[in-house]
Amino acid sequence: MNNVNDLDVLRKIIGRHKRWDLLFMIVGIIALMIAILTFIALFAQMLVDGMPRLSWDFFTSFPSRRPESAGILSAWVGTTLVMLVTAASAVPLGVSAGVYLEEYAPKNLFTEVIEINVTNLAGVPSIIYGLLALGLFVYQLDFGQSILAAGLALALLILPVVIVATREAIRAIPIAIREGAYALGATKWQTVWDHLLPYSSSGILTGIIIGLARAIGETAPIITIGALTFIAFLPPAPVTDEFPYLSFEWLSAPFTVMPIQMFNWVSRPEEAFQFNAAAAGLVLVVMTLAMNGLAIYLRYRMRKNIKW
Amino acid sequence: MSKQSSEKTDHVGRLGYSYRRNLHERFIESVLFLSAFLSVIIMLAIIAMLVKESVIFFQHVSIWEFLTDTQWTPLFNDAHYGILPLVTGTLVSSMVALLVALPLGTIIAIYLSEFAPFAVREVAKPFLELLGGIPTVVYGYFALLFVTPLLQLIFPQLPGFNLLSAGLVMGIMIIPYVSSMTEDAMRAVPMHLREGSYAMGATRFQTAVRVVAPAAFSGIAAAYILGISRAVGETMVVAIAAGMQPNLTWNPMEPAATITAYIVQVSLGDLPHGSIGYQTIFAAGLTLLLMTLVFNIIGHIMRKRYREIY
Repeated sequence: MNNVNDLDVLRKIIGRHKRWDLLFMIVGIIALMIAILTFIALFAQMLVDGMPRLSWDFFTSFPSRRPESAGILSAWVGTTLVMLVTAASAVPLGVSAGVYLEEYAPKNLFTEVIEINVTNLAGVPSIIYGLLALGLFVYQLDFGQSILAAGLALALLILPVVIVATREAIRAIPIAIREGAYALGATKWQTVWDHLLPYSSSGILTGIIIGLARAIGETAPIITIGALTFIAFLPPAPVTDEFPYLSFEWLSAPFTVMPIQMFNWVSRPEEAFQFNAAAAGLVLVVMTLAMNGLAIYLRYRMRKNIKW
Repeated sequence: MSKQSSEKTDHVGRLGYSYRRNLHERFIESVLFLSAFLSVIIMLAIIAMLVKESVIFFQHVSIWEFLTDTQWTPLFNDAHYGILPLVTGTLVSSMVALLVALPLGTIIAIYLSEFAPFAVREVAKPFLELLGGIPTVVYGYFALLFVTPLLQLIFPQLPGFNLLSAGLVMGIMIIPYVSSMTEDAMRAVPMHLREGSYAMGATRFQTAVRVVAPAAFSGIAAAYILGISRAVGETMVVAIAAGMQPNLTWNPMEPAATITAYIVQVSLGDLPHGSIGYQTIFAAGLTLLLMTLVFNIIGHIMRKRYREIY
């Protein structure tokens, strides 16, 4: 019989399949390269355009009609204050909701509705949160176009991120820890507060940082509530020299934030403003990259130090 | 969980633990429940707000005109309220984005999950995550000032604002979402399925395409749906790079406005609360929410229907 021939045919088939394998591997590397090269191009473009504008003055000047003397002082102060509001409202709400869903919620239809709803909220486009904030916070609750309204809008936006991160971090804790605590007579809340939350804190923190990094870059919801693009003053300081030393007037102050400042500069026709946009973009990207990088590092360290 | 906890309360009662301790626990549980329930309230508030303003809008404009008129000029003297130009703008830019994001995202996911050596994966995954964390306004800047001039070298007649460059950049932006979810789904497929396939003499490519990908189908579908709803809801890239002129066209080489870009354009101006212009953005928002909701529901059904349990 023609055994030799069969072997040849087999070898050919194997060879062909291996070539496909190799081909796909090359395609995969190319696809990865496209993503990486885009990132490099984006960064290089901003560096070339924006680097000359980056100076101390850029951070300490207000926006101006003259591009060469315009800066981002009101923008970064605004971003910081808005983030304070966002963190102060999203973190407690998100973490408690996560704890409830993971540790307390009974398995019934109602819980399932809440769970599906959290997933759906994560899929709602950010600009819709802006519309909610415009109708609810700006007009119905009469907060105006203020730092408070913007901070709350972003808090709603990142709530699902915090909830999901909390749930995942708590779920990773072995059941034995809970049983140990209950066996010693701890109540549910004592178990959560003294054991589950401390052990999952770095996972929760990672989620919070990722959520805040996303909130810092969000533009659409803040434009929608009608934030002004030209702000040449600072909100009232949160710390005063008179008793009680703390003032919350800044919550209702008009404001601008980094991405809005950048958007404003990008949409101007004069080329000089686009260099300002590049510089603002550079600051923004470095901020978000630093936050995301920190989150990735925390997760990496957590994985290495896991004890159980 | 719940059964355990109710038994526990019984024990606690029998052992005579203090009434106050129970009260304290109850109080905390209700506070936690309220925060979880808040998510439902937010969803209801979103829907109520959009519907409320849209109802007023539809008292001025018939639904028929809204769905069939081919012009969207609500702020002109000769006002037309046809959502079609905004819907086509949204669909065309999303289509371009998905033509980039779905194939590239899937290839990257298959490569990272089945082919890449450990070291490559450890570097590439966080890198892609960083790519996904860049603010969208920065991508808009990149589309307008880098990608469009680059495309104009190839297509000299391409206008400065166009759906093509916005869509392409949006596609790159969505890659990390698609690739990381797809990869997670593929890595969740148990090893013995791969081992079985290898034992039959399949190559890695055959195993990836014919065994792992079908087994991970529900997860991959979820990743695609997420990509689609991100593309449809994306705002800043199109607002910056595609122009904000409503334009009924299927040609990606033209400038056009999306639903989201229109909302941004109106919000940048000074529209009085309660005017018809103010209500249009809620009607547009409701259209957008319904579009993403439809995709999410399809995704949910696909996930349930094709879920493989090992």
